[in-house]
Amino acid sequence: MNELQFLTWVRGPGLDIAVGIFLLGTVWRLFEIYTLGRRKDLAAPRRAAGASGLHTVFRRSLPPHGMLKRAPVSYIGGYIFHIGLAVIVFLGAPHIMLIANLTGLSWPGLPAQFIGLATVMTMAAMLAMLVDRINKPAKRFLSTFEDWFVWAVTFLPVLTGWLAVQHLLLPYTTMLALHILSVEILLIALPFTKLFHVFTLFGSRWHNGSANARKGVPV
Amino acid sequence: MQGPLIESLARQGVSRRTFLKYCATLASMMALPPAAGLAMAEAMAAARRPSVIWLPFQECTGCTESITRSHSPTLEGMIFDMISLDYQETLMAAAGHQAEEALHAAMKANHGKYLLIVDGSIPLGQDGAYSCIGGRSNLEILKEAAQGAAAIIAVGTCAAYGGIPKARPNPTGAVSVSDIVKDKPIVNIPGCPPVPVVMTGVLAHYLTFGSLPDLDDKGRPRAFFGETIHDRCYRRPFYDQGKFAKTFDDKGARRGWCLFELGCKGPVTHNACATAKWNGGTSWPVESGHGCLGCSEPDFWDAGDFYKALSVPAHPPTSVVAASVVGATAGAAAGFANRAKKNAARKARQPITVADLEK
Amino acid sequence: MSASLEKVTQTLKEVIDAPIASYFESCVHCGLCAEACLFYTETGDPKYTPIHKLEPLRRVYEQEFTLLGRLKKLVGLSRPISDDELDQWQELVYDSCTLCGRCSLVCPVGNDIVYMVRKFREGMAVSGHVPEGIRSAAKRTVETGGPMGLKWPAVANVLRKAGEATGVTIPVDQEGADYLVLLSSMEIVNYPEYIEALAKIFNKAKISFTVASDAFEATNAGIQIGSSDLAKVIVSRIVDAAERLKVKYVLSPECGHAYMAIRWEGPNLIGRPFTFEVVHVLELLDELRQKGVLKMKGKLKDPLILHDPCQIVRRGGVLQAPDALIRQVAENYIPIADQQKWNWCCGGGGGASAIHTEEAEALRARVFQIKKRQIEEAGVGTMVTFCANCRITMEEGLDHYEMNTKLLGLTELLAEHLED
Repeated sequence: MNELQFLTWVRGPGLDIAVGIFLLGTVWRLFEIYTLGRRKDLAAPRRAAGASGLHTVFRRSLPPHGMLKRAPVSYIGGYIFHIGLAVIVFLGAPHIMLIANLTGLSWPGLPAQFIGLATVMTMAAMLAMLVDRINKPAKRFLSTFEDWFVWAVTFLPVLTGWLAVQHLLLPYTTMLALHILSVEILLIALPFTKLFHVFTLFGSRWHNGSANARKGVPV
Repeated sequence: MQGPLIESLARQGVSRRTFLKYCATLASMMALPPAAGLAMAEAMAAARRPSVIWLPFQECTGCTESITRSHSPTLEGMIFDMISLDYQETLMAAAGHQAEEALHAAMKANHGKYLLIVDGSIPLGQDGAYSCIGGRSNLEILKEAAQGAAAIIAVGTCAAYGGIPKARPNPTGAVSVSDIVKDKPIVNIPGCPPVPVVMTGVLAHYLTFGSLPDLDDKGRPRAFFGETIHDRCYRRPFYDQGKFAKTFDDKGARRGWCLFELGCKGPVTHNACATAKWNGGTSWPVESGHGCLGCSEPDFWDAGDFYKALSVPAHPPTSVVAASVVGATAGAAAGFANRAKKNAARKARQPITVADLEK
Repeated sequence: MSASLEKVTQTLKEVIDAPIASYFESCVHCGLCAEACLFYTETGDPKYTPIHKLEPLRRVYEQEFTLLGRLKKLVGLSRPISDDELDQWQELVYDSCTLCGRCSLVCPVGNDIVYMVRKFREGMAVSGHVPEGIRSAAKRTVETGGPMGLKWPAVANVLRKAGEATGVTIPVDQEGADYLVLLSSMEIVNYPEYIEALAKIFNKAKISFTVASDAFEATNAGIQIGSSDLAKVIVSRIVDAAERLKVKYVLSPECGHAYMAIRWEGPNLIGRPFTFEVVHVLELLDELRQKGVLKMKGKLKDPLILHDPCQIVRRGGVLQAPDALIRQVAENYIPIADQQKWNWCCGGGGGASAIHTEEAEALRARVFQIKKRQIEEAGVGTMVTFCANCRITMEEGLDHYEMNTKLLGLTELLAEHLED
């Protein structure tokens, strides 16, 4: 298989497989998790939970009281890499093309140089997070194979995308194919690893927020 | 037309100065040192014409057209004057048995020394019956001709990589020259058709240095195929600024913005179009407003839609509906099983008392 | 699988629900919960990372309710839980978790970690993986009525004395009263002033109240040990008494977990909503203050800080009243940085203060450093709180570090400054 065939494969059958496993896994896991149900809280609420679940979904995106100082790398690094990923995925021209192709939705992107900068910052933040995971006792203690694996699976698409655009290390075609392949691996891994937090995070914050709101505590 | 090249050039009104300039340009395109231009000119001017045999297989004659139909007179055309093109079906006057005799005579006379140029792919299906000349299959002819060749130049994507005949479902079982011949140096000059100057450049190099130019991993001369169309494209700044033509007749298209979104394969295509251009330097596909098709890459025909951007799927994902349905079914089944398990646990459990607190 | 392990998994299967599943699936091992846990911040030992305290529960969830987990168990990638492991985890789930819930406030993916610890304790309790101190407290509460083995005649005696001291007779088993007043053994034995204060305030506000001879104890060791069955037995006594006496309100004492048990867990334990309202004493006092019934005279001049008990404030939702009330009686009240829902635990909640092993006591002393720092940074000699358990725990801490900080109960302090 030459590199163009490789690229054609990842753009065709490879993508089919990855999207298939991703969707199958995601739908199945969401069912598996949320059909477990919860018992109704019979205690009279201090006030109706209302939209508190939603409030918590947003509120938890900000560092809670005093936490920024306690774990600056986690928060600053976390912000940079999450926002960086979003910028790259949603504002990079080739990615907008992909989204437009899949969904029909399209919007203006940012110049390639800006995306390049965002990519470098994202990689730097992810490396800082990795070092933090190695250095911080609690983080290192919690880390399992999955944590290192998921880090790599998230880092690789960013790295290969950047290398492809910058024409580094390997010919563009090969790198582009590797980039798409790495995204496909990410898609496949997502429903079955902690990456699934991209979905369950909303449910978790919601449950926590609404349960505590019944007690009158905004969390 | 025997004798040194320079004389025949002079007869056709090409001055020595023009020829030198041409050689210098060729040398610089091939990334040779400046002095090489002069060496090239001298070598070529004095060159004895080597015998060249051109075999056409499953092809469309586009490659021949490209090289010979450049305008007249062109230096590329002239270069052909310095070789002894002993067999070229399209160009030669002879036909039938006469032609075959000429071929065999040339092969015999120059055994081990002639250059073999091939255009077109070789069909292996039905014992090669898809393409025969004088009752012999292309495969048979190629094997025979390759034996006495000093080197082979596979001209065009068909000869180099199988090309369009090899496109799925490849009904004739087409393969490339390098799939058949393993024991001779082969230079691939892909393109559908290839850029004329690349062809003559390789010949010039062979005549000058008596060797083949430096090749990449796909057997292509690095000098011409070392960079991608995208890297040398004059529209590249628009790509970097994120300015893309969305349709072939929008504002972006009129302003000459990047054609990436219209399916240009420039980023993954190695060829010299952007620098050498076509039709005597007049223009080239991207300049004329159409994206690159990637014709100098293996299997370009099967590399997805010509009009789909590289970053989008080759075709809409087919697994979406099926995967969602299977996922939902499996998930719902798991959900039922889990609920049943929870209920069973609740029913089976005995309320604990203080006595149970002991282990 | 041993019989006790079977009980554990059965119980855990019953308690694991969608929120728990969602929480485990969301965890990204970021370790931020550790930064919110005083057991980690004060010891630096990563085993005290809150989410790690739930590892056996996570595996039961994974192995019982996810297809992948079942596969992993099958091929040996996911170990089944064992008795040894639960033995090891007992320390993490009881000694070093006070159910303070601070971790639930910081988790970036929104996990309610303390909710899971509470559920995990259900499984630990059924298999007897509980510290002796809590076990005996639970036994005493179920068998004799209170965690300290206090019986009614002794309580009646204390009530009578309080009546004499204040000149307000404390009604017992009086049907139709507005409030059924609950007490905690700790208050009855160690801080009878609380009862006197309450009698004075009720009298002043002209609110009718009563104490039930068969349901005076508010604390619920069943909640602390984590057994809903036992907690239900204990809470039912209060519900029965309240319904028999037809009261409108049940008044929870200052005690934090007692409030949690009756206010938030109670209806879920008995499986139906209450026919009465549960009110925390500070909520009542704040209401009286707002109505102008609670009038104060003179103010305490000593600079002081407030310790907000976790179960009342962060997990109970009594957020505003304490601050408003302390300002009524303290001239030099200094709000601290980590206050209200962000306060740090005393280190002895969730039953931890009942564990009297050498290690547990040493650990409590160690984590008390955070309170010590708060006191020292504020530069005060007095700390006010409103939970008898916090008070006992912090007194031990102050003794340990030989500090002469004065600890006061908020209700008592209010009673002292009540206008006659």
